[in-house]
Amino acid sequence: MIPSAFAYERAESVEQALALLQASGGEAKWLAGGHSLLPLMKLRLSTPPKLIDISRIPELRGVARVGDRLVIGALTTHRELAAHPLIREQLPALADAARQVGDLQVRNRGTLGGNLAHADTASDLPAVAVSLGAELLVVTPDGDVVLPAEEFFLGPLVTAMPENGLLKAVSFPVPPGHTRGVYEKFPHPASGYAVAGVAVTAGVNADGVVDYIRVGVTGAADAAYRAKAVEDALAGRAPTQEALREAAARAADDGVIAGDAFASEEYRRHLCTVLAERALRRALA
Amino acid sequence: MVKHSKVTVTLTVNGVQRTAEVEPRTLLVHFLRDELGLTGTHIGCDTSQCGACTVLLNGDAVKSCTVLAVQADGAEVTTVEGLGTLEALHPVQAGFWEKHGLQCGFCTPGVMMAAVALLKQNPNPTEEEIREGLEGVLCRCTGYQNIVRAVQYAAQQLASEGEPGEQVAATGGGA
Amino acid sequence: MASVFGAAVKRREDARLITGRGRYTDDVQLPGMLYASILRSPHAHARIKRIDVSAARAASGVVAVFTGQDLAGKMGLIPTAWLPPDSGIRTTAHPALAVDKVRYVGDGVAMVVAEDRYAARDAIDLIRVEYEVLPAVVDQEQALEDGAPLVHDDAPGNLAFHWKAGNATDEVFTQAEVVVRQRFRQQRLIPNPMEPRSAVADYNASTGELTMWLTSQNPHIHRLLLSGILGIPEHKLRVVAVDVGGGFGAKIACYPDEALVGFASLQLGRPVKWTEDRRENFMATTHGRDMVLDVELAGTRDGTLTAIRVRNVANMGAYLSTAAPGVPTILFGLIVPGPYRIPYAGVDVRGVFTNTTPTDAYRGAGRPEATYLLERMVDLFAREIGMDPVEVRRQNLIRADEFPYNTAMGLQYDSGDYEQALDKALAMLGYEEFREQQEKLRQQGRYLGVGVTTYVEICGLGPSQVAGAVGFQGGLWESATVRVHPSGKVTAFTGTSPHGQGEETTFAQIVSAKLGVPVEDVEVVHGDTNRIAMGWGTYGSRTTPVGGSALAVAADRVIEKAKKIAAHMLEVAEEDVSFADGVFSVQGAPSRQVTFQEVALQAYLAWNLPAGVEPALEGSAFYDPTNFVYPFGTHICVVEVLPDTGEVKILRYVAVDDPGPVINPMIAEGQVHGGIVQGIGQALWEGALYDEQGQLVSGTFMDYAMPKARFFPTFETAFTETPSPHTPLGVKGIGETGTIAATPTVVNAVLDALAPFGVRDIDMPLTPERVWRAIRNGRDGA
Ligand SMILES: Cc1cc2nc3c(=O)[nH]c(=O)nc-3n(C[C@H](O)[C@H](O)[C@H](O)COP(=O)(O)OP(=O)(O)OC[C@H]3O[C@@H](n4cnc5c(N)ncnc54)[C@H](O)[C@@H]3O)c2cc1C
Ligand code: FES
Ligand code: FES
Repeated sequence: MIPSAFAYERAESVEQALALLQASGGEAKWLAGGHSLLPLMKLRLSTPPKLIDISRIPELRGVARVGDRLVIGALTTHRELAAHPLIREQLPALADAARQVGDLQVRNRGTLGGNLAHADTASDLPAVAVSLGAELLVVTPDGDVVLPAEEFFLGPLVTAMPENGLLKAVSFPVPPGHTRGVYEKFPHPASGYAVAGVAVTAGVNADGVVDYIRVGVTGAADAAYRAKAVEDALAGRAPTQEALREAAARAADDGVIAGDAFASEEYRRHLCTVLAERALRRALA
Repeated sequence: MVKHSKVTVTLTVNGVQRTAEVEPRTLLVHFLRDELGLTGTHIGCDTSQCGACTVLLNGDAVKSCTVLAVQADGAEVTTVEGLGTLEALHPVQAGFWEKHGLQCGFCTPGVMMAAVALLKQNPNPTEEEIREGLEGVLCRCTGYQNIVRAVQYAAQQLASEGEPGEQVAATGGGA
Repeated sequence: MASVFGAAVKRREDARLITGRGRYTDDVQLPGMLYASILRSPHAHARIKRIDVSAARAASGVVAVFTGQDLAGKMGLIPTAWLPPDSGIRTTAHPALAVDKVRYVGDGVAMVVAEDRYAARDAIDLIRVEYEVLPAVVDQEQALEDGAPLVHDDAPGNLAFHWKAGNATDEVFTQAEVVVRQRFRQQRLIPNPMEPRSAVADYNASTGELTMWLTSQNPHIHRLLLSGILGIPEHKLRVVAVDVGGGFGAKIACYPDEALVGFASLQLGRPVKWTEDRRENFMATTHGRDMVLDVELAGTRDGTLTAIRVRNVANMGAYLSTAAPGVPTILFGLIVPGPYRIPYAGVDVRGVFTNTTPTDAYRGAGRPEATYLLERMVDLFAREIGMDPVEVRRQNLIRADEFPYNTAMGLQYDSGDYEQALDKALAMLGYEEFREQQEKLRQQGRYLGVGVTTYVEICGLGPSQVAGAVGFQGGLWESATVRVHPSGKVTAFTGTSPHGQGEETTFAQIVSAKLGVPVEDVEVVHGDTNRIAMGWGTYGSRTTPVGGSALAVAADRVIEKAKKIAAHMLEVAEEDVSFADGVFSVQGAPSRQVTFQEVALQAYLAWNLPAGVEPALEGSAFYDPTNFVYPFGTHICVVEVLPDTGEVKILRYVAVDDPGPVINPMIAEGQVHGGIVQGIGQALWEGALYDEQGQLVSGTFMDYAMPKARFFPTFETAFTETPSPHTPLGVKGIGETGTIAATPTVVNAVLDALAPFGVRDIDMPLTPERVWRAIRNGRDGA
């Protein structure tokens, strides 16, 4: 219940944040909403000597349309993601996923940036980020870097984040207007995290065939992944019940699926296909 | 070196400004209970699940066991002690009393604070929305049915009183 | 004035609880208070070779560190207080901190006392313990095998006790027309009251008094046991437990930790507080259930049940907790025939030591396990003979005209109309219509199922003679005092110790109804050994039938005396005075009257009392019940199973319970709701899981699924009210009925839904994966 002692500094700007981190010899950790980090620290599974509070940095906030992309500040909370008119309209899969994160209290504190940076295998938002080909805009002492979401999630709590990197914002390509985006989740009855979760954004063209399809899966594997096999199976086909089922059956193909005490590997694979089918039906209904 | 570093935090709790020197690791819930003696906010777990510690931070429900006191520096906090008085109960408190929404009462302050926030976001929730809105709280006693009724009662009260959410600000000294 | 007995009076305890003014143990703050933290074993079974506490002792803020060695000779052992007779029970030594060996993950190894919570916690990490890890045994059947690791050297074969009862013989089964057999696993559950355990001890050396605030369901039992452990005379030890955040059986036991807090305060002469965190609660607060049950049920082809017998191998954990041995034996075994006319019944129970957290009572304690196996067996039996399960039940239920009914296990059931409750529940549900709908939906590939449980519960523990006969090391009578003040206001003292059940209100209703004073004029006092002479606490649905009865008797004694005074004031003979609604009046001349309040005043002024009547107005009772009481009822659940994921959705839940006359329907209904949710929790989600090394895998709320609001529909509840002839108010009990009935109801409903797949049993909890697999195996098999 009680974290081990640490020092605390509050950064007012990105620049100051990077400077504080460097001064700490790289030993410090960023503190955003604290809703992944503090639970670990309370169980003393994480014992950082210093936290740098980035939660008040204005540059990490805001939601803006930039060209054909929506750029969302790292500090945007789950609640804001679920409620923001731009996100609901242009990235409905993200809003749908954010709505299903944790609970009311958690959604008030947890942030987009923290959720992706923490890379819990059972987090919801990575599914959306990989499915839509989001880019993570990261600042480091050596300059800015852009990391594609698909290459970001490497394993449980392991990411491609450069050392000393600070995620500033996430940039999502806005899918075409005729698509629909959804997120289907099977929550763990205790933790509420995803035992499996599938994000789908898809649309059908005037000829009645699927011309846009993006699928991401979280929870089931060691890291969120893009379900290319599902996309390939459906692209260019009419979304018949049969086509959807066939495509959904491949939802576990692209991940390294893992089992645990609640759900075996086999059952998780199965869940991926069930959720994928539900998500495809909702998106293409 | 790390051990003894302290930070100054200033909070407005239930309308009263409070300043204290604390270790950075001090959890908001410990600050409220041990430092300020506001023991109405409870601790039911160590993994941020049970919601017994729920308070309003700048009007939003948060789990005070998962917020550092220093993160709340400068903020307004409303605890159950600031929700309403016996003479002027908040409609959520009244609902819990009228509808037998509590048994042992241990989860109750947190559940009520979550309910206040739920009704602020959704003043006229369906039963299903209430049950889903209570995802972040655990009650081992009531079976939730009377908690749902209590929230429904409060929703009606608030609707007939006008502005939902106003009540908290008024009695809790919030923004 | 209408009686408040039976009215939905709003709870008076709520006023403080909804405004944050409750005072739970961890809320107690005393000047100069120290905080304790306990180092717990990370191993299930290990020899302690060396403990180095020097760094912890030297850490800033640390006042003291104690190990098992430091306690030797200064502190007694943790006792077991229920010793079932003729069971060969072996109570092994249980020191408050492990000395030579740790026996489960969570076993206490050392205690740090420091100036604040944070310092105490930090110092725990500075203690170095060298362990020699030993092979552990977790499963009770494996523990009985030859060559299994020995938990206690003085308990060979890990057998803690072996208890048998009943009249069932082999012949009854060999000669039966039909015998169904099934093995059930009652998985281990974690009670998880929302308030963790906590203790504050404050020793005053100048008076020699030790005050302890405890999260306790039975402060007087704790006082008695702690006085022995700590060597403090009982009259110098005060235990306070007014606001307690739920117990469900887990706050009955006398634990090492609370005793240690008292010890630390005695040693240090300062107040000491300790509060477990949830992880400790998972490891070190008693668990419930955990039995392996082999059951045989015999009957005839036309549906008559003739015999039942059960072999129970019960996992007791590493030590025998306070009341633990009584749970799988007496509380379980005696109720095995349930509400049915079954002439032969038998139980054979072995309690087994393992390297796991000790088990003890958990809501229902023994009775849910018995009811589960019986109701599952009745459904299997119905399947076997091709009869509707409701018909089998109806045919075998004890009939209303058969009470008092003597069972095969030697109990005498008090009263009831079991069939009436069944009919009422069936009507509320619309059972026939449901069966038709079910058939139609099956054609469409939807799988709905219904489960029906008819149960009887033994509660109101209990007659003290019987308590002694079954090996409980205490009485189970109850004390009450009704103290009328000169103004006619009343303080009622009870030895029971409610912690959520609402007796501050319902007991006021009892006294108010008896004395005819406004319910607001009655204050109920509980949970403080300095204010209440003696009591046995709150568990086993005993509070109202035993504690409430005690109050009723005490109130009658007040009335008896008041009547004498009233007659004297009215200048008539006592026989000519009648009492109703708080007014004494002269029979035949009702305008001549005095009020209860006037009599109370006169009792204290004592200017004009009848000869031989002492001043003051107060009645006490030490009420020893003559028998148990037997609530009963019928629960019905409708579920839908989603075949693609194996998820179970509860569509409807109907509960008809008979707790005798209902004192406060709002509170009674609340008890039913809470019980149902806990019962369904066992059926669908909850289960403690150990790995082979004895690590508790489901050790947090992240892994152990507690029921949440969104899992349930609105329950439909109703009561029938059959008074018990054994209690002065006729009341029975309502605290555990939901937990007892709900588990088999839901599981039978799921199995009914899966009948097309030929599924006969699924281990609890019925997780989606297990259900999904059962369907798949059924499909493959079909
Ligand atoms: C009870 C509970 C239930 C939850 N349920 C769910 C759920 O169902 N689904 C789900 O997806 N999540 C869930 N979460 C997690 C929640 O969404 C977290 O808030 C989120 O994952 C992390 O965001 P944060 O802002 O709180 O991050 P923090 O906890 O502050 O940080 C997490 C990690 O990311 C790093 N970090 C944070 N911000 C940045 C940044 N801008 N740049 C670089 N690194 C950064 C931190 O250093 C830290 O290592 C739950 C949490 C709780 C407590
Ligand atoms: S104590 Fe904060 S969520 Fe349980
Ligand atoms: S009322 Fe006891 S936990 Fe909710």
